[in-house]
Amino acid sequence: MTEETKKTKIGYYPGCAITKCSTSEEYGTSVLGVSRVIGPELVEIDDWNCCGASSAHATNHKLSTALSVRNISLAEKDGYDEVLAPCPMCSQRLIISQNDVHEDKKLREEVEDAIEMPISSNVKVSNYLEIIKNYSMDEIAEKRKKKPEGLKVASYYGCLLVRPPKILKFDDPENPTTMDEIVTAIGAEAVDWEFKTNCCGGGFTLSRPNVVVKLTHDILEGAADAGANAIAVACPMCHANLDMRQKNIEKEYGRRFNIPIVYISELIGLALGLKPKDLGMDKHFIDTDFVVDAFSNIEE
Amino acid sequence: MKIKITTKELKSDFAKEVKERSGIDVKKCYQCGKCTAGCPVAYEMDYMPNQIIRFVQLGLRREALTSRTIWLCASCITCSTRCPKEVKIAELMDVLREMALEEGVANPMEKNITTFHEAFLNSVKKHGRISEFWMLSEYKRKRPKTALQDIEIGPQLMLKGKLSLTPHDIKGKKSIKRIFEKFK
Amino acid sequence: MSKKIGVFVCHCGTNISATVDVEKVAEEAKKNNPGVSYTTTYKYMCSDPGQKLLRDKIKEEGLDGVVVAACSPKMHEHTFRNAAKKAGMNPYHVEISNLREQCSWVHPDKPTGTEKSIDLVRMMTEKTRKDKSLNPIKVPVTKRALVIGGGIAGIQAALDIADAGHEVIMVEREASIGGHMAQLSETFPTLDCSQCIMTPKMVELAQNENIKLYTWSEIESVDGYLGNFDVKIRKKARSVDLDLCTGCSSCWQVCPSKKIKSEFDMKLGNRTAIYIPFPQAIPSKPVIDREHCLLFKDARKKNIPPNDSKVCRKCLDVCPIAPVKAIDYSQEDEFITEKIGAIIVATGFKELDDTSMYGEYGGGKYQDVITGLQFERLASASGPTEGEIQRPSDGKLPEIIVFIQCVGSRDPAKGCSYCSKTCCMYTAKHTMLYKHKVHDGHAYVFYIDIRCAGKDYEEFWLRAVEEEGATYLRGRVSRIYKKGDKLVVLGADTLTGSVVEIEADMVVLASAMKAQDDAEKFAQKLSIQYNKDKFFSEIHPKLKPVESSSAGIFLAGTCQGPKDIPETVAQAGAAASKVLALLSADELEREPVVAKVDRLPAPIFSTCIGCFYCKRVCPYGAIAEEDIKARDGSVIKTVARVNEGLCQGCGLCAATCRSKSVELAGFNDEQVYAEINSVEFN
Ligand SMILES: Cc1cc2nc3c(=O)[nH]c(=O)nc-3n(C[C@H](O)[C@H](O)[C@H](O)COP(=O)(O)OP(=O)(O)OC[C@H]3O[C@@H](n4cnc5c(N)ncnc54)[C@H](O)[C@@H]3O)c2cc1C
Ligand code: SF4
Ligand code: SF4
Ligand code: SF4
Ligand code: SF4
Repeated sequence: MTEETKKTKIGYYPGCAITKCSTSEEYGTSVLGVSRVIGPELVEIDDWNCCGASSAHATNHKLSTALSVRNISLAEKDGYDEVLAPCPMCSQRLIISQNDVHEDKKLREEVEDAIEMPISSNVKVSNYLEIIKNYSMDEIAEKRKKKPEGLKVASYYGCLLVRPPKILKFDDPENPTTMDEIVTAIGAEAVDWEFKTNCCGGGFTLSRPNVVVKLTHDILEGAADAGANAIAVACPMCHANLDMRQKNIEKEYGRRFNIPIVYISELIGLALGLKPKDLGMDKHFIDTDFVVDAFSNIEE
Repeated sequence: MKIKITTKELKSDFAKEVKERSGIDVKKCYQCGKCTAGCPVAYEMDYMPNQIIRFVQLGLRREALTSRTIWLCASCITCSTRCPKEVKIAELMDVLREMALEEGVANPMEKNITTFHEAFLNSVKKHGRISEFWMLSEYKRKRPKTALQDIEIGPQLMLKGKLSLTPHDIKGKKSIKRIFEKFK
Repeated sequence: MSKKIGVFVCHCGTNISATVDVEKVAEEAKKNNPGVSYTTTYKYMCSDPGQKLLRDKIKEEGLDGVVVAACSPKMHEHTFRNAAKKAGMNPYHVEISNLREQCSWVHPDKPTGTEKSIDLVRMMTEKTRKDKSLNPIKVPVTKRALVIGGGIAGIQAALDIADAGHEVIMVEREASIGGHMAQLSETFPTLDCSQCIMTPKMVELAQNENIKLYTWSEIESVDGYLGNFDVKIRKKARSVDLDLCTGCSSCWQVCPSKKIKSEFDMKLGNRTAIYIPFPQAIPSKPVIDREHCLLFKDARKKNIPPNDSKVCRKCLDVCPIAPVKAIDYSQEDEFITEKIGAIIVATGFKELDDTSMYGEYGGGKYQDVITGLQFERLASASGPTEGEIQRPSDGKLPEIIVFIQCVGSRDPAKGCSYCSKTCCMYTAKHTMLYKHKVHDGHAYVFYIDIRCAGKDYEEFWLRAVEEEGATYLRGRVSRIYKKGDKLVVLGADTLTGSVVEIEADMVVLASAMKAQDDAEKFAQKLSIQYNKDKFFSEIHPKLKPVESSSAGIFLAGTCQGPKDIPETVAQAGAAASKVLALLSADELEREPVVAKVDRLPAPIFSTCIGCFYCKRVCPYGAIAEEDIKARDGSVIKTVARVNEGLCQGCGLCAATCRSKSVELAGFNDEQVYAEINSVEFN
């Protein structure tokens, strides 16, 4: 992208999970912190609402569509042509809903009536990896302050960033590499592994913890056996499941992984020299000191 | 439980109804089983994803709508992504769940899951956003058996400042209400 | 004198009469159309009695024009014209009104259908009044066949034609004939060794005096028409003189470039830069792979003629032929033109070897996930492992092997909807070959359906299960991933409603049979049609299965669609017999429906103004520029001329010509205007 076409102001749709005082606030904190250093400028969409997440789409398609699409229309009203939704649950719901109303005229009319706003077709909804890749790779290279030592990162994408591929049109659904590229760009080693897009059990954290425990076990095992000593994520649900369930996994499978699960934004922040605390590194269940320490040694 | 298929099922319009609601044409499925093969939750399901599609193909409405499978589907979309016939299986699960709720036949064994969805949406309806604390409380209240599960996680979250007791109401609460009213 | 025309309206059972009042059509034809002296209706005009009726009435009524109102002229124009000919009438006075495809089948309403039928019959009656007698065009036949592709299809067809006493030119683009069959280990359903049944045929071909073989050669262009093709062949520079070389093997033994992946071994083995593809190659003489040869690499780098390079030259030095060596680095591509009467296309298939679209199976990144042909090479005694089933990564004997069927076939999401037809059988074969070599190994097959419908085929695959102990699991595999040195295969068994997880040592993908990469371009070169999957199309799937859409060009083997060896050989024989029928006559008759550019007496010579728009629009390249010369040889005028042999009668030139100099016989302006003017517009 050339300098002129580079948009610098992007609508920010945090979604419920990563706002302050929520279970994944460190994701939001670090995304914003990083953007302040390397851009693009993120401006919160006024009065956004919850996209309904899986609970809405799993039980009521129209409701799910309307809740999601309302936010896109708000963004357009605020004058943005691109919106960042760092939570992939949100970005996926927003993009699918946008797609659905475009394919189904009747649905579109019903939804427009419900949200009392015209539906925008011009706003592009992006996930966090896309934003970094499209706007900030050069900046990372330029403003990188620290280089991690001995950090071997397995990039874990989960489901929502890459599927359904025909609609999301982001990276290769079986072997995505965008996050790996970012990991490499901050100087860490990107570990090639087999579970990049396996499901972690997503929204079953509370209702079906046994499912989550099995699936996260397989993922952690895959990463550990591939030699990773940290897992990077870009999804609050993936993070919660992988980070909070390691104890249960130990109980169930007798293997203690103790692998720190870090947001990709946190890793970028550390490389840029931001303070761990300002990135929310202290808010994890699994201690992240190892990762923080990896960055502390070398100043570039 | 054995299933008996008679012309009553075979002649039913279930597949057509599903298609009208969702645009998904189950006729396209040639039952290769690739969806099942890659489903991360298949091992917990009462019927395999390809069997759910088969139910719809053959008009076995009750079997499909009362299955636990439709609730156990994690919406990971692995199946739809890899289906050689491009059948939208994950999306089909959504429609079947919706129909099961409408008809009041959702499998009681997966009440945890349906209750979670309920509590989640109630919170959205009330505030426009999720209030994790109150959503959890409603869920635990309605599913008392889960009260002890993860008992240690809640306080830890609190300690880390990750569970707020004060819900955040958006300004456009009315607009959200309207959406919920329209699409009950 | 005006013509006496008879109109015969066919009921076509009830196909026409159900929605067209045929009696009324006949009645109206007589009432309103001048010249119509006889009308009748009949249940089936195409039946024997129907044709007899036509013949009898022509004679009895003294008819000199006939309109048959029946089905499409594509169906029976020929039938009725023949019948008329037997009754002594020039067949081109017979016209067809299409009351079925263009009327009764598309108009459910009887009054409408009847009205339209009356119009259609009137149009044809008017045209018939203007019909002139035409005589078939005779073209001479070159009694020589061209077979393109030297797989089993091409070999079989070439031998059949040559054995009947005709000359055959075979063009094969690889260094040896043999095609895929030469790569197979043992063949279903009898498990006989492929080489053992293939090699004698290859030798027979090489020794047959009627067959001229061009290997390492390709078709450059095909001009001309049925009976008279001009084919330009490119003999690619082989760097070895086939007449001098004795195939002594000295050169490929000394070649230092030894690590080139062998195409014949599906990249599982290596070859040298100067090589023969496999020991039984025909001709058994080498070729230099100029891309990898050190000398040619050096010459390219330094931009000098290869002969000037001093790098290597080992093969030349060791070549024992004297005084002139058989190796010639300066050889260049050579072009040869051959006159040909009929062509058989036998260019075969390509195995789907690039599985990058299967990201869920590793997309080609796992060494131990191989394709069906690779397995053939592993199992083959002449293969890179001398027939031992060793997995490529570490040479280990796989104790657990998984076969996955329908990879790249029956998978519209990956862009291929058809069934490759052979893989069910060859997978069953593979499990047996595996079990014969790894006695206590376990073979698992994931399948969707078993399609083994040939003679003895059902028994064959059941043998794999019942006697050889292969386990079949009904389900497609969703994912393969690596765990340590194992490959975890996630599949399903829909018969039990289960997910299946197998830790395998090796996985074999029964990958699809695809059209050749260059199939589309090749088809365009020959003006033959192909289907959406780029397999060449026969003109009629049931009744003309070996005829391509271009007259005189026939299809044999897998270039037309996936098939196994028995079917390939049968089709090759059929194509050969079609060619033989063509070559058995000295002259061929062609329909006289061709275009003609007028010729007039001097000083006009022709109304053609020489704009050659016709030449530009003619899809068959049938229009030539002709100089009209004065006695002293000076050119007076250059005008267009239609080559009757090439013209297919499409009429584009006639429609394009600005000076109305082109006329299409049987469809001239007078005839067409008569048709149009007869329609009553209201
Ligand atoms: C893994 C596998 C196992 C099989 N096992 C069996 C079995 O056990 N039994 C059985 O009956 N069948 C088997 N088959 C099927 C069998 O291989 C085919 O039926 C047979 O090889 C088809 O022969 P062909 O002559 O049509 O094509 P090919 O063998 O592909 O021959 C085509 C020839 O044309 C040449 N050519 C291509 N393009 C050009 C061009 N433009 N100009 C000049 N030459 C050209 C090629 O170089 C090649 O030599 C198997 C197939 C596969 C993939
Ligand atoms: S993967 Fe597709 S075609 Fe195969 S069983 Fe599932 S839905 Fe049917
Ligand atoms: S979307 Fe549901 S059915 Fe499909 S693979 Fe994922 S969990 Fe299984
Ligand atoms: S010149 Fe050398 S490298 Fe080239 S083919 Fe001859 S021996 Fe091989
Ligand atoms: S022959 Fe068998 S394995 Fe091959 S595509 Fe057809 S069904 Fe699949």
